[in-house]
Amino acid sequence: MLYINCPHCGMRSQNEFSYGGDASVKRPEINKEVSDQEWDNFVYNRKSLRGKHLELWQHISGCRQWIKVERDTATHEIFRTFKADEEVA
Amino acid sequence: MTQAFRIENGGLINRDKKLSFKFNGKTYFGYEGDTLASALLANGVHLVGRSFKYHRPRGFFGAGVDEPYAVVQLYRNGETEPNIKATEQELFEGLEAKSVNCWPSVNFDIGAINNFLKIFLPAGFYYKTFMWPKSFWYRIYEPFIRKAAGLGVASTKHDKERYEHKYEYCDLLIAGSGPSGLAGAYAAAKNGAKVILAEDKPRFGGSLLTSDVNIGNQSGKDWAEGIIAELKIMPNVVVKNRSQIFGYYDHNMLVMSEKVSDHLPSTKKYHPNKRLWYIRAKEVLISSGSIERPIVFGNNDTPGVMLSSAAKEYLKVYGVLVGRKPLVFTNNDSGYETAIEFKKHGVDPVVLDSRKNAESEIIDEARNLGINIKNSYVVVAAQGYKKVKSADIASISDDKKQLGKIENIECDCICVSGFWTPTIHLASQSGNKTKFKEEIDAFVPGQSKQNEITLGAANGVFSLDETIKTSFKAGSELSKKLTKKDNEIAIPNVVEKKSSQHDKFWCVPLPKGKNYKRFLDFQNDVAVSDVEIALREGYRSIEHVKRYTTLGMATDQGKTSNLNGLQLVSEIENKVVPAVGHTTFRPPYTPVSIGAIVGREVGKHSKPTRKSPMHSWHEKNNAVFVDAGVWLRPRYYKRGNENLFEASKREAKNVRTNVGVCDVTTLGKIDVKGPDAAELLNRVYTNAWLKLPVGKARYGVMLREDGIVMDDGTTTRISENHYHMTTTTAQAANVLSHLEYYLQLVWPELNVNVVSTTEQWAGAAIAGPKSRDLLQKLFPNSDVSNEGLPFMGYMEGDLFGVKARIFRISFSGELAYEVNVESDYGNFMWEKIIEVGEEFNIQPYGTEALSTLRIEMGHVAGSELDGRTIPYDNALEGLVSKKKDFIGKRSLQRSAFTAEDRQRLVGVVPLDKKTSIPEGSHLVKDDKAPLPNPKLGHISASCWSVEYDNPFSLAILKDGKNMIGEKLFAMSPLKNKVIPVEIVSSHYVDPKGERVRS
Ligand SMILES: [Zn+2]
Repeated sequence: MLYINCPHCGMRSQNEFSYGGDASVKRPEINKEVSDQEWDNFVYNRKSLRGKHLELWQHISGCRQWIKVERDTATHEIFRTFKADEEVA
Repeated sequence: MTQAFRIENGGLINRDKKLSFKFNGKTYFGYEGDTLASALLANGVHLVGRSFKYHRPRGFFGAGVDEPYAVVQLYRNGETEPNIKATEQELFEGLEAKSVNCWPSVNFDIGAINNFLKIFLPAGFYYKTFMWPKSFWYRIYEPFIRKAAGLGVASTKHDKERYEHKYEYCDLLIAGSGPSGLAGAYAAAKNGAKVILAEDKPRFGGSLLTSDVNIGNQSGKDWAEGIIAELKIMPNVVVKNRSQIFGYYDHNMLVMSEKVSDHLPSTKKYHPNKRLWYIRAKEVLISSGSIERPIVFGNNDTPGVMLSSAAKEYLKVYGVLVGRKPLVFTNNDSGYETAIEFKKHGVDPVVLDSRKNAESEIIDEARNLGINIKNSYVVVAAQGYKKVKSADIASISDDKKQLGKIENIECDCICVSGFWTPTIHLASQSGNKTKFKEEIDAFVPGQSKQNEITLGAANGVFSLDETIKTSFKAGSELSKKLTKKDNEIAIPNVVEKKSSQHDKFWCVPLPKGKNYKRFLDFQNDVAVSDVEIALREGYRSIEHVKRYTTLGMATDQGKTSNLNGLQLVSEIENKVVPAVGHTTFRPPYTPVSIGAIVGREVGKHSKPTRKSPMHSWHEKNNAVFVDAGVWLRPRYYKRGNENLFEASKREAKNVRTNVGVCDVTTLGKIDVKGPDAAELLNRVYTNAWLKLPVGKARYGVMLREDGIVMDDGTTTRISENHYHMTTTTAQAANVLSHLEYYLQLVWPELNVNVVSTTEQWAGAAIAGPKSRDLLQKLFPNSDVSNEGLPFMGYMEGDLFGVKARIFRISFSGELAYEVNVESDYGNFMWEKIIEVGEEFNIQPYGTEALSTLRIEMGHVAGSELDGRTIPYDNALEGLVSKKKDFIGKRSLQRSAFTAEDRQRLVGVVPLDKKTSIPEGSHLVKDDKAPLPNPKLGHISASCWSVEYDNPFSLAILKDGKNMIGEKLFAMSPLKNKVIPVEIVSSHYVDPKGERVRS
């Protein structure tokens, strides 16, 4: 079971969180015309990366904040975690 | 019965406490501190079961967790448990156990005929033979195999025992209390680290309990006792025996199963049977020791053949002789230690050493005691069926290929030692890439993957001196890092006998003309010949060989067989062992009770039960409840002998003719507040929200980004910047997460807060033509007329002194209202509604009537919003704004979603107007068409229309728009029904929606 450092609450076990997918996906702006390809990329197309992956988790049984987690998908090592509005350098 | 094989004195058992127990119906005696295995051996019982495939007689092979044979069915306190190792089960008064794999009995076993047919049962036998003919599998093969095989039977009764889960955090977790575990724990504890020391056996000390060594001028055993006694009183240390760490998971999470009560005749009051510990450790010290390796020879599975370390343990810990004429067969010095113990207790062993010449302190001692030692000698085959009677032995050439003349030598047990295999399971589970260590012919942990370190025998270090030194150092350094303390401890002096190099020999060749079975895996009956067949048939990867032959796949997970299997593959394939590689170790290390894994989450505790504030009223009024997500909701209120159908029909009819009241507390409620609340709703819902006035409600549909309907519900503008959103019962949690996602990540610029208020409000839906009259009496000071509170209107009211929210919304299609009060007043509200409603013939109605009412109105719910439908499919496209953007809108342009013959909601009536259509039935054009009959749609919901008094269903039907008036068939192969039906409009009752506005 992963041990995730919630930037708001501290180290908590994985069973307090729910997974939210790739954090690098950006939703097209509201009211903006987008091509089929752009929209498909946003809704469906994901890379199944091996290695470092920036992903979303929600601390549903804690502070309810969505956070970003930089995790290795092969080793499960977690490098860093970020608040929702934090820029990932 | 006498305990004929118990020595006069010695052992760690309590001879003052005699215990009686039963095995296969026969009564025996043992002592407190015995295991079932040691007590049986004390009584000379060696035959405990039959093997899995050939049903050959099986005895005891080990003395602990590695035991492959002695798996029994245990009876304790009116319960039964399968898959119990007799070598681990502690004896208690009244214990009862039976053999498994035996039918009809351990002494006469029908399956043993397999043993004589073994030529027909080679590797892959089950795969090849039972594949054909296909129909035979289900009727003949499987029942036969099930009856003849298996490791016991699970109880079919409810388990009365309690199991607990515990979460724990520590600085240092130590797996195993042998010399390295004790040294590490002691050093770390002295530095103030929070330490948990776990030992799977009842006694602490590991190998120190049986080895002839000195630590700090005392015997190893006394030293261990002293350390444990000191650790036990330290406040920063938890010491646990009977506790097996069986899994090493991500981020240094380890799971341990503590047997709290298995050693007692019955579980003490308020105690659990087992306790499962989830331990998050900062550092882990793996000191799990090693397991002796067998040498492979003919008939090496005969009862009486066992590991030499097990024989020594039975003697030193339990005071039991496993035989009076022992033959020790060894390729290293460990066999001599066992022989010396026998000799010290007046028994004359014969030692066969595969080595030509070996000299060491230990061997000298054996020689000085006058033990008969034969060098360059091996056991070719054990003789005897249910028990070893003699052994065929022979000298062996230096290259280990040629056997000399076969001699037969009388013996009653063969103690075998093929050197030691480090127990690397936990390190491997943590992700450690293990490496092969040539000097010991075994794998040891490599580079640490998580914060784990493996020491002592588990790391392939068999020198006690080195183990003690490195473990003290590791314990002190690991703890220093965490506690910043450095209390130096003097490392005790170690005295041990030096041993000589072992022989790499592991398998005795077959003598000419003999075809003895030479077993590698004792529990799954995998012999050398099976692995040979697998390789001959082209299986190369060790993972494939394992699955094809089932080598190492039994409940002992190949603890005694894996390495010999690898040796064999490497020899045949002409590869070095590391090139063959070992199979992956996975948790659990030993079998764990399902009960322990489930813990307290059984029965009604398997999930939380949520009840509305009016629950006790429903109970008192004969409500029959139904699970709605985690909620319990009244399904119907039973009157007299009514069944579900009659009661729900009565309740629904009363709504259509008078007035009914339904508990709608379970609906999800979310407060949406802030200056941008309207903008958020406008983006979340498919319809327009910017112009909703204060005091008005609106129905809305929300989509996922892929265009699929996620949920629906009404949202009411309570005040300028405050909206009250409702969701379906099932989607309440998901909708809240959905809103939080957009507010926190996608549109953080929106100034809105959302919070769940589901539990803050109790809700009652009042529906029916007389609902307004009732409402007026409930709120005499409010104007609830059609003008004062129009359809989709909202007002606050005073319910006999309680503040209430009144919404004019309808799910039933009737004139209807929903009244909310703070939860604590829920029951008060409900009782008032029932009391005042009496003159209008009010009746409470449950979810069944609620469904009936919505189905015949054509209102969609969860069975239509099933995660596969878009707004059009649900006839909701009128709510989809063309002007503004919203979540999921862009997806609705996808070609499949705009297809002309897109599926759509329709009504379905059986032609005979009598036969109810099972939900889930498929709609087809031709009921006689060959299978698979093309499916045009499916029945999503069915009811008995109270308006028309005939069955009515909703369906999602391909090209539904153009199918009204068509005749089709509803087919339910599950219910074996074919019903001719007509497709009608989904708005079966009041299609113009006049009633809700009346
Ligand atoms: Zn948090």
